[in-house]
Amino acid sequence: MTVVETTKNPPTGIAEFWFYFSRNKGAVIGLAVFLIILFMAVFAPFVAPHDPSIQNREMLLLPPVLSEGGQASYLLGTDAVGRDIFSRLIYGARFSLFIGVIVVTLSVISGVLVGLVAGYFRGKVDTVIMRVMDIILAFPSLLLALVLVAVLGPGLVNAMIAISLVNLPHFVRLTRAAVMTERAKDYVIASKVAGAGTLRLMFLTILPNCLAPLIVQATLAFSAAILDAAALGFLGMGAQPPTPEWGTMLAEAREFIQRAWWVVTFPGLAILITVLAINLMGDGLRDALDPKLKRS
Amino acid sequence: MTGGSKTFGPPVFQRKKGLAPMLRFIFGRLAVLIPTFLGVSLIAFSFIRLLPGDPVMLMSGERVMSPERHTELMNQLGLDRPMYVQYFDYLGGLLTGDFGSSIVTKRPVLDDFVNLFPATLELSLCAIILAVALGIPAGVLAAVKRGTWLDQTIMGSALVGYSMPIFWWGLLLIIFFSGYLGWTPVSGRISLMYFFPQVTGFMLIDSLISGQAGAFKSALTYLILPTIVLATIPLAVIARQTRSAMLEVLGEDYVRTARAKGMSPFRVIGVHALRNALIPVITTIGLQVGVLLAGAILTETIFSWPGIGKWMVDSVFKRDYAVVQGGLMLIAGMIMLVNLLVDVLYGLVNPRIRH
Repeated sequence: MTVVETTKNPPTGIAEFWFYFSRNKGAVIGLAVFLIILFMAVFAPFVAPHDPSIQNREMLLLPPVLSEGGQASYLLGTDAVGRDIFSRLIYGARFSLFIGVIVVTLSVISGVLVGLVAGYFRGKVDTVIMRVMDIILAFPSLLLALVLVAVLGPGLVNAMIAISLVNLPHFVRLTRAAVMTERAKDYVIASKVAGAGTLRLMFLTILPNCLAPLIVQATLAFSAAILDAAALGFLGMGAQPPTPEWGTMLAEAREFIQRAWWVVTFPGLAILITVLAINLMGDGLRDALDPKLKRS
Repeated sequence: MTGGSKTFGPPVFQRKKGLAPMLRFIFGRLAVLIPTFLGVSLIAFSFIRLLPGDPVMLMSGERVMSPERHTELMNQLGLDRPMYVQYFDYLGGLLTGDFGSSIVTKRPVLDDFVNLFPATLELSLCAIILAVALGIPAGVLAAVKRGTWLDQTIMGSALVGYSMPIFWWGLLLIIFFSGYLGWTPVSGRISLMYFFPQVTGFMLIDSLISGQAGAFKSALTYLILPTIVLATIPLAVIARQTRSAMLEVLGEDYVRTARAKGMSPFRVIGVHALRNALIPVITTIGLQVGVLLAGAILTETIFSWPGIGKWMVDSVFKRDYAVVQGGLMLIAGMIMLVNLLVDVLYGLVNPRIRH
């Protein structure tokens, strides 16, 4: 431990957060990689050297630049119909991050609401909610998502809805558990005695104190959503070709596995790097937000 | 895990003797399972009815059907009865082992499940054995060597494994080991050269029983890549969990006492610390069953492994929704049973849970 300097102003929440977060080197690297991916996704039309859907008939299955026969303008080579893989990966980042954001937003909002109700009111409401969550958890998540998409019809939007639903129980359980511990604490009772209404107690008094584990779970769900959406795309039930979604790209590339390794390798690498970066950040967030792990 | 006992009031301190508390604990868990089972069956039941069109139209597929024939078939299959009657009928079928029949092959879903399940079980068992055999030592090593390069390497690899899109990982292994090195076959369970009766359904055991030269080796080479792919995520999870459980235990007084008594570090870590650290790890391993089955869907698809994961994916694509319905029910039922088993085992290992 370094000597702690005492200052007159206590550190702000963000400064304190950054202090703990930045002590985890992996988390900082993860954040940097994530920001680069985010930048590429947002500015895809400016960053990508080619149009992701333009097929260059003279350049079918061109190897990456460093292999024999590669060309500098096609950094990671081309696919079976002559589209630039690098550009498709950059546009693909848009889909993956978009999927992650939507899925996490949907499952966090609904999961927190349901969990808050279950944990606050307890009793029969709680029992019913938890049994429903048990039912969702009784299915392997990917199978349930697959079947839901089969019912709703294959496509990116339905895949996102299915993945959000499959993710829901984790947020419900986590929120419920946190609410149950907070509910009995003195500050909540004090607030109740002071005349706070039910909604105020739920959303303004209790909820802010339950956020730390939820934020950590949300990062995990973000990366899991990217993986699941890619898996659905790979199985042909997610985004449909010619969408440059990474899992869908892998599905299209499968038949060229023996002839053109790059068509298979790079989309998967993109998924791995993105998911890894987010998980690294998640570990850092846990270190920074979980008071049990904080060393005083 | 599921729910929690809802008895409030002062804890009862006198310990009851005999099997009674354990039995009550098991029955309590079973009672919680009943509503879950009903809910799962309701989902499986409504799934086929949520699809556009009705089951008769699904069965007829592309063929055109006259309205009269349609009504007749609806009547024959009992689909014109009220929903709740149909549901209770379906439920009664489930309880007598009737999980419906495939629209395509007309075979009972249960028969197909029983035939295909050993392949998935063999793969999953090998994967979980690999994951435990590597994950626990790796986690212990990382905890003991905390903060060193070894710890960082192990935990770094675990995080990569945890973040792995396994369908891609399988393809990479195929490219390298099957394509480039030519060491392993790409798909299936055993070389077509070998043919022997299925006794146990486990290819490794059956090939040994058959006594055919080279059969066991062939089965092993077919099994190895799918096992590695399926084991990747559980391995990473188990290693991470073991490390954190171990770190917690290593700081406990009894570990310090054991050290102070002059026990060898090996004994302290291997016997005193590990035994207690393993309790949460056992739960983690139990929770991997669902993960394994979800992973089996992808792994079996990549390696054309004839198990229930591939069966389900194929049925979704063939629009054989009767199989999807039956399979959902069977798989969910199995996961529920395994979770119950893990709960009970956990109650046996850790008596505090029972109360």
